[in-house]
Amino acid sequence: MKKILQIFFNGLIKENPVLIMMIGLCPFLACSTTANDAIGMGIAATFVLTCSNIIISVFRKIIPNNIRIPVFIVIIATFTTIVDYLIKAYFPSLSESLGVFIPLIVVNCIILARAEAFASKNNVLYSLIDGLGMGAGFFIAIAVLGIIRQIFGSGTIFNSKEFLQNPAVIMILPPGGFLAAGLVITLVKYIENKFNKRQKVISNLPSLCEGCVLKSKCVGNIKLKG
Amino acid sequence: MKNTSLLAIFISSVFVNNIILMRFIGLCSFFGVSNKLSSALGMSAAVFFVMTLATVVSWFIYNLVLLPLGLVYLKIIVFILVIASLVQLVELFLKKNMPGLFKALGIYLPLITTNCAILAVAFLIVDYKFNFLQSIIFSSGTALGYTIAIILFSSIRERLELAPLPNAVKGYGIVFITAALMSLSFMGLIGLFGF
Repeated sequence: MKKILQIFFNGLIKENPVLIMMIGLCPFLACSTTANDAIGMGIAATFVLTCSNIIISVFRKIIPNNIRIPVFIVIIATFTTIVDYLIKAYFPSLSESLGVFIPLIVVNCIILARAEAFASKNNVLYSLIDGLGMGAGFFIAIAVLGIIRQIFGSGTIFNSKEFLQNPAVIMILPPGGFLAAGLVITLVKYIENKFNKRQKVISNLPSLCEGCVLKSKCVGNIKLKG
Repeated sequence: MKNTSLLAIFISSVFVNNIILMRFIGLCSFFGVSNKLSSALGMSAAVFFVMTLATVVSWFIYNLVLLPLGLVYLKIIVFILVIASLVQLVELFLKKNMPGLFKALGIYLPLITTNCAILAVAFLIVDYKFNFLQSIIFSSGTALGYTIAIILFSSIRERLELAPLPNAVKGYGIVFITAALMSLSFMGLIGLFGF
């Protein structure tokens, strides 16, 4: 039980995929113009993440090691297709506003990173919890950003009436997305620095690790082939 | 997209609808490899190469296979597999025939499989119902927009490393705020060619 809670809160707070690990940024910024979009995206990504974690974990001993990445991608793409058609059928307006970002869940780095780093090594229950925890971390981050951007950008919240007289329209435009995200990340880092003075800094990584989604996991242990 | 002349598509995909700064696609690699100018150059060359190739292949597969057979619902799975295998193929081909280019692009090619910019262009072309020529112009314009954004940004970031900043803003905080300012300047181009 303790381990389950530990895994869940690891995804939610300690290794929050967006705010700490900086992966899955595209939907985080693009689908946070209104709180409704943000929550829809958060739920869709959490669904795909949890389901693919479960399936990958069930089949982890059967999947051959050499072709594991294509297998993971096919599993993730299947669930993304399911979500795409479900949203199109039941929430057509959400499908309209999220647009190309629903199919793009398939290349969301969070999902592949969790498949590779966690689900392919742990049992089904732990993978389920990890999917839920990471999904919750992503959900909270995108919902907070969505709410902030909607309040300041259009002066409304969810479907309410306008309560700010002159909203700063820039907040719902692309530059506002970067700005709001930058400020949220700064705030998180400030709090983190306050609570955690002795933070371990990973240094001396090989330069080819830059930009790798698994950077914070593998610490340069995985050798590239060839 | 209202105006579909080739020049309008090109300008729109390079500047007005810049894939990174206006559409928020491909951000992971944008923030990941933009801390050095040399790695930004390598990544954008690899993106340019693979994006144009992937567009050609996915356009043919969509219009000649998926559409006539009524398999459009498989497009997510098919596109991602096509792109992943294309990247592998390009890697093998370059390794054998053009070792110089392989050395330059080498480590960036595997990262491209999960770069959402490539896949997004394949989906956008389907959404906009572009013909073949329009698709080529759109994808090369998008790749050029990616290149411009990432090169400008990495040059700024190299200077940011030296700037005296408060601890909390250091790292990704200031990087996002810088991106916001860059995005603001690209927004000035909205309205060009009626987009």
